[in-house]
Amino acid sequence: MVDKTPAVLTRGLAKRYGDIEAVRGIDIEVEPGETFGFLGPNGAGKSTTIKMLCTLSAPTGGSASVAGYDVISQRDQVRGSIGLVFQDTTLDGYLSAEQNLRFHAELYGVPRGELETRMRDVLDMVGLADRRRSLVRTFSGGMKRRLEIARGLLHSPRVLFLDEPTIGLDPQTRSSIWAYIAELKRHDDITIFLTTHYMDEAEYCDRIAIIDDGRIIVTDTPEALKATVGADQIRLRTPDDAAAIAQLRQHFGIEAQLREGAVTFSVPRGEQFVPRLFTELDMVIESVNVSRPSLDDVFMSYTGNTIRDAESSSPDWMAMVARR
Amino acid sequence: MSSRQTSSPVGADGSMPPLVAAPAAVHGGHGGIAADLRAIKVVWSRELIRFSRDRTRIVTALLQPALFLFVLGTGLSSLANASTGGVDLRTFMFPGALGMTVLFTAVFSAGSIVWDREFGFLREMLVAPVSRTSIVLGKCFGGATVSTLQGLLVLALAGLVGVPYSPALLLILVAECALLAFALTAFGVMVAARMEQFQSFMAVVQAVVFPLFFLSGALYPLRGLPTWLQVITQFNPLTYAIDPMRRAVFDHIDASPVAREALNTGVHWWGWRVPTLLELAVVACAGVGMMLLAVANFRRAE
Repeated sequence: MVDKTPAVLTRGLAKRYGDIEAVRGIDIEVEPGETFGFLGPNGAGKSTTIKMLCTLSAPTGGSASVAGYDVISQRDQVRGSIGLVFQDTTLDGYLSAEQNLRFHAELYGVPRGELETRMRDVLDMVGLADRRRSLVRTFSGGMKRRLEIARGLLHSPRVLFLDEPTIGLDPQTRSSIWAYIAELKRHDDITIFLTTHYMDEAEYCDRIAIIDDGRIIVTDTPEALKATVGADQIRLRTPDDAAAIAQLRQHFGIEAQLREGAVTFSVPRGEQFVPRLFTELDMVIESVNVSRPSLDDVFMSYTGNTIRDAESSSPDWMAMVARR
Repeated sequence: MSSRQTSSPVGADGSMPPLVAAPAAVHGGHGGIAADLRAIKVVWSRELIRFSRDRTRIVTALLQPALFLFVLGTGLSSLANASTGGVDLRTFMFPGALGMTVLFTAVFSAGSIVWDREFGFLREMLVAPVSRTSIVLGKCFGGATVSTLQGLLVLALAGLVGVPYSPALLLILVAECALLAFALTAFGVMVAARMEQFQSFMAVVQAVVFPLFFLSGALYPLRGLPTWLQVITQFNPLTYAIDPMRRAVFDHIDASPVAREALNTGVHWWGWRVPTLLELAVVACAGVGMMLLAVANFRRAE
């Protein structure tokens, strides 16, 4: 009998810092065993939400429960049921890998009799078994992140929170971290709740929620989201964009838009449409680019912005909030 | 909301793969006194591990009292010989050197809480299912143990400045060091509890530690000071820790009545000499008081 209590449930969850609303009332429901991605630009409210779910920061509105426990009234139960991997390292560099794990195990009350086995299991999983006695400050960034994931799992949490698990890592290490997360997903009774601002990483999730400016814009599976954007995207570069847009409307009935210096529009079958462009448009075409919908496009279609634009325009107070 | 009424953790169905198996005992252990005691112990032992790794710190912390005793003490002896009644000035200064070591080590150890905050490790402790009080207590006891150990190293120098290695004396001095170490670590944690930068912590420490030290009777007898200075020293907890140590030393050396009169003057409240036990009680109360403030400060942080 599988318990269907949502692993994470929020209703109107909000956080306000003075006059600034960092999170503006969000509703999330994450099933047990699900890998749930929280996608949005820096400063969208992802970390603030995670902090509230982890009981590190008190909500200023709404409610939230994790593993069936309320984040305000059952704080210790929530804390005992979750594993956390933060953006910044929270390891003690002057202790060995093993000492960091032992410290954690004591704080979380892992029974002593099980500790050795569990330490071996988690260290094996992240491939650090042979470095268990090394001081953590001698580790590379990727090794530290792996050790943090191992530590987050040591006390058998119901829900593992990963806040930007691959930020600041090289591509190779990023993919190895994802391999560990994929390995974890196979064990379907752990729920993984992660944040990322890498679109390609969100593809690994069972479901994602796009968050922008403190609000959830849409929640669905990556496939379904891409399907809403639907068609392939075509980007044209021409000497006269206005004329191109006018001609597209005239010949095909397509409403194209100018985005990032390219005439952009969507059609169901991009590769078949390109030859028609050349025969029917009466103008010079400098380049054509056809792309399958990606989560970038999904993000763009829901927010009207690419995730990078959203980041560069995020106001200065984000830095202030992030420091709290 | 139905999910919030669920009082037991989800899924103890026992059919889980080993990697993420959730032994019921793990989740049963959160909260409560047992968890907090474990937390105090593990925070305490981390301070000890880090202390034992940091040889540089141990050696430099030993240099300071050595410099104080053998250079400053020796140099000043020629000036002081006339008035010490035959007692080596360095013997007189020894409790002060001991107190100084404990003072610096304790406050510095307490600063690790700021360090932990700045480098992220504090968060690992803050999100654990244990109370913040237990983290502060672990820090206080850890810093106290570390600075007592550092005091032991200085105690080893006793014979070089005419303080006998009598077991009874050593035992008393160690106990008094431990009490002082606890009070001073509590003071340090109280200051450090809400600070975010190690540099600003050090600045405060610099501003506070030297006055505490100079106004404690570590360097000179308190009797015969101008009244204003004497009054200030009476509000300094360190005063009440240095004096018992000095009494203990004078109980175990041969000194003329003249020397005792001049050097082992004690602390006086309105002409009444405060007895040792009361002095130690003052230190203990100050320590507990500052520890409670440290806990309150720390709980308010973040």
